[in-house]
Amino acid sequence: MWFLENAWLIPVIPTVGYFVILLFGKRMPLKGAEIGFGTLAASFVIACGTVYQWIQRVDHYSAAGHEGALGTLASFGRSIIPAQAEGGHEVAAFVPPVIRQWTWWQVSDFKFTLGIHIDGLSVSVMFVVTLIAMLIQLYSIEYVKGDRRFTFFFSALTLFAAGMLCMVIAESTVQFMLGWEIMGLCSFLLIGHWWEDYANARAALKAFFTVRVGDIGLLVGMSVLFFSVNGWAQENLGSDGFSIFAISGWALSGDASRTVLLWAGVALFIAAIGKSGQFPLHTWLPDAMAGPTPVSALLHSSTMVVAGVYLVARLYPVFFEGFRIGDSNVNLIAVIGGITIVIAALLAFVQVDIKRVLAYSTVSQLGYMMMGLGVGAWLPAVFHIFTHAFFKACLFLGAGSVSHSASHHSFDMKKDMGGLWRKMPITFGTFVISTLALAGLPPLAGFFSKDEIIDNAGANGYRVFQIIGLFGAFLTAAYMTRCVYLTFLGKPRGASAGLASHGDEEHELDDDRVLVDAGVVAASVASHELVDTPAEGAVAEGEAPQGPGYDTDHVTVHAPDHGHAGDHGDHAGDHGDQRGPHESNWLITVPLVVLAAGALVAGFLQAPAFNIEKFKEWVEPAGVALLYDEGEAVQAGEELALAAPAEGEGEAAEGEAVEGEAAAEAVTCAEEVPEGSACFAPELTHAEFAWSKAAISILLVLAGIGLSGLVCVALYGRRDARLAGLTERNGVARAGYGFLLNKYYLDFLYEQGVVAGVSGPVARAMNWINQNVIDGVVNGVGKGAVKAAEATYDILDQGLVDGVVNGAGTVAEGSGEALRPVQSGKVSLYGALLFGAAAVGALILVIVV
Amino acid sequence: MLINQFLLLGAVLFAIGVYGVLARKNAVLVLMSIEVILNSVNLNLLAFALQRSGEDAAAGSAFALYIIAVAAAEVGVGLALVLLIYRNRRSIALDELSEMKG
Repeated sequence: MWFLENAWLIPVIPTVGYFVILLFGKRMPLKGAEIGFGTLAASFVIACGTVYQWIQRVDHYSAAGHEGALGTLASFGRSIIPAQAEGGHEVAAFVPPVIRQWTWWQVSDFKFTLGIHIDGLSVSVMFVVTLIAMLIQLYSIEYVKGDRRFTFFFSALTLFAAGMLCMVIAESTVQFMLGWEIMGLCSFLLIGHWWEDYANARAALKAFFTVRVGDIGLLVGMSVLFFSVNGWAQENLGSDGFSIFAISGWALSGDASRTVLLWAGVALFIAAIGKSGQFPLHTWLPDAMAGPTPVSALLHSSTMVVAGVYLVARLYPVFFEGFRIGDSNVNLIAVIGGITIVIAALLAFVQVDIKRVLAYSTVSQLGYMMMGLGVGAWLPAVFHIFTHAFFKACLFLGAGSVSHSASHHSFDMKKDMGGLWRKMPITFGTFVISTLALAGLPPLAGFFSKDEIIDNAGANGYRVFQIIGLFGAFLTAAYMTRCVYLTFLGKPRGASAGLASHGDEEHELDDDRVLVDAGVVAASVASHELVDTPAEGAVAEGEAPQGPGYDTDHVTVHAPDHGHAGDHGDHAGDHGDQRGPHESNWLITVPLVVLAAGALVAGFLQAPAFNIEKFKEWVEPAGVALLYDEGEAVQAGEELALAAPAEGEGEAAEGEAVEGEAAAEAVTCAEEVPEGSACFAPELTHAEFAWSKAAISILLVLAGIGLSGLVCVALYGRRDARLAGLTERNGVARAGYGFLLNKYYLDFLYEQGVVAGVSGPVARAMNWINQNVIDGVVNGVGKGAVKAAEATYDILDQGLVDGVVNGAGTVAEGSGEALRPVQSGKVSLYGALLFGAAAVGALILVIVV
Repeated sequence: MLINQFLLLGAVLFAIGVYGVLARKNAVLVLMSIEVILNSVNLNLLAFALQRSGEDAAAGSAFALYIIAVAAAEVGVGLALVLLIYRNRRSIALDELSEMKG
């Protein structure tokens, strides 16, 4: 059990690595990269051990059955094993999570704790996070080679992974928030890595602030839950209201108020919307592409954006009860998820930047996860986190590989890519595998997770969302086919045809794209050759996508749209640009191959089609009631009592180790639970897999690939007259295209509508109040005062007051003259007087009192 | 637990801070000295909070947290002022700021 109990090392090692890189990185032979990679590799090894021991633990509990798992509570009558309605298999035993906690800081009797909460969910996510973070570190060694802030990049990348891991194993909501905010900070640092370019700095700020909007929800939800749960948790579990385990139990205990659950759920869900780029707040995610590609890969596959989904999955009982997921057919989570799937998938069609296609694809897939959670398909949603991480990381790294080795750091699919499959076979192969996995073709990973979400949506009564999911699957297949076609197939264009490296050559561009302005080309070429002037090169490149002839009828290419410019300048001349498109070296291809292999086989962890349900067995907590023993649990009022009965004594020896007992009787949570017991996971149903149902989605995916392939060949390959230029000729098509190109005008709405809308009227209203109300009052008072003053002037003033005033004036003048040197205007003298006076006052206080 | 050490440390920090405020000409260093003063006060509050129990102890800690939050705001405003002074005068030497002379 060493790994399970010491899983805290997993986030701690990269955190230490972060400081080591910052302090000593520059003196290392690889400038800190080896520490980043090393620490994450160490974390990965420990995570593997944790996975292994968790599986052992699950097996132990399953083998022992209900009687064995009961341990000290064998006396509790084992009477109510519910007959399963469907399937007829036994209720799985609840495998208690491994929980340890350490006091972080303490206010009188209340302790804020840091700790670990190891269960199936955290184990699966930590595995995938450490694996992908490690591979991305390896990839970055080559990708950001020669960067000015190379060392800092690795330190931030390492801290990023540490933040995610801290959140994943969080035992309390406070720790959860700690990891969550570390990630927010690191995303800001990394997205704005090339901050010399204004667009990049702006994208970083946008990401940070948009996510902050959601973070308020996390704080509110956390506080609401704390004040509601604390009493129950202390009484029953001896833990506190921050404990995630206690919150889960409380939400399902029946003591919880629905209203509190609903509002806590809404608040937490707002946080998830912000972090996971769900519908109204998704706008930061595509802009976050301004960061270096490894950052995008890490951000979009396994960390950061998954955090929101993870939050919902982690505190699922709150949402399950609050939104009545079990017995409704529409709720907030499912609706937001469903909307996100469709709108993001549609946006992906009009992007010319390969990373933006992938970014919208991520948003869309996160929509699937969120919708899965919303419709009660917890396990498929978590499984989708798991599988999606592999193929999305692979896709991003593939895009990075193309831009690194073939298209001169351009990410423009229409201008600088095409026909690369022959030049870059490994990148092409892995990209296609991941694309098919993303589209959801069996037997690749995406099929088993996405199809399960769709299938369960239908089985749980969420028909509408099943249809949305199927439609989304069609769209996914179609836009990814377009992406692959533009990048790897067809004729080489621009940089990938080796053009940009020969400045004197005429650009052979397709007829609808007017020649790119020669000056811009020259500037971009210059930026390759001048290592020391990255900023200039960046500016020049930044303008290139906006150059003449670049779909000019579609207005406003947003500033962040050319945010990748920095890529260019920073990498200028660091490798063999002159060789033309070529396969990347092993530092880049090894991560690609590993991830593609993951995309190939990861699905078989949970493939009901082949009667494999390992992921379910290992990850899903059983929804059975647990009896918590009050007498033992509340010892010293500090430790949450929970552990395997089998090694209870061994753990008790360690002072901090959580021990005690909460054991299971097979009362499922769908029923009335006995007194003194609670569920810690909702009872979930699973749809039966059937090829007949899966066939629909498979056919839709194939149709999407086929249809999109045909359109791509006709439109981009043969320039079919009926399709080419359709958006210019047809009004409806143009309007739709413009609508999508401007991202539904949401950015416009937020910036012009919300920000300007709030600041403008407030300023105007203040001005009006100032002019009319305050001035009116002041003027009125003034006029009245003049009248009164005139009357008094003659009587009182001239006679009586003048004498007094003149006398006072003389006194004041004299004292003023005397005190004048004190007002020297020197701040330090004022300070000295202040402290002197305070000292005198203190002295008087001491003497008198 | 001996409270003296905490109080002594607090007093030393306070004195250092006061010295910094009075003797330094650089506005940023003066701001930093003010932070030192505030933290010495925090130290005192926490030291006294440790002597108590229950609500009082929590109040001491909460008060210290409150001061930390206010100090953060104060630094925000202070640095903004320093920045503006620097823009106007190309210098942040406080002894040159004597427009308020009487």
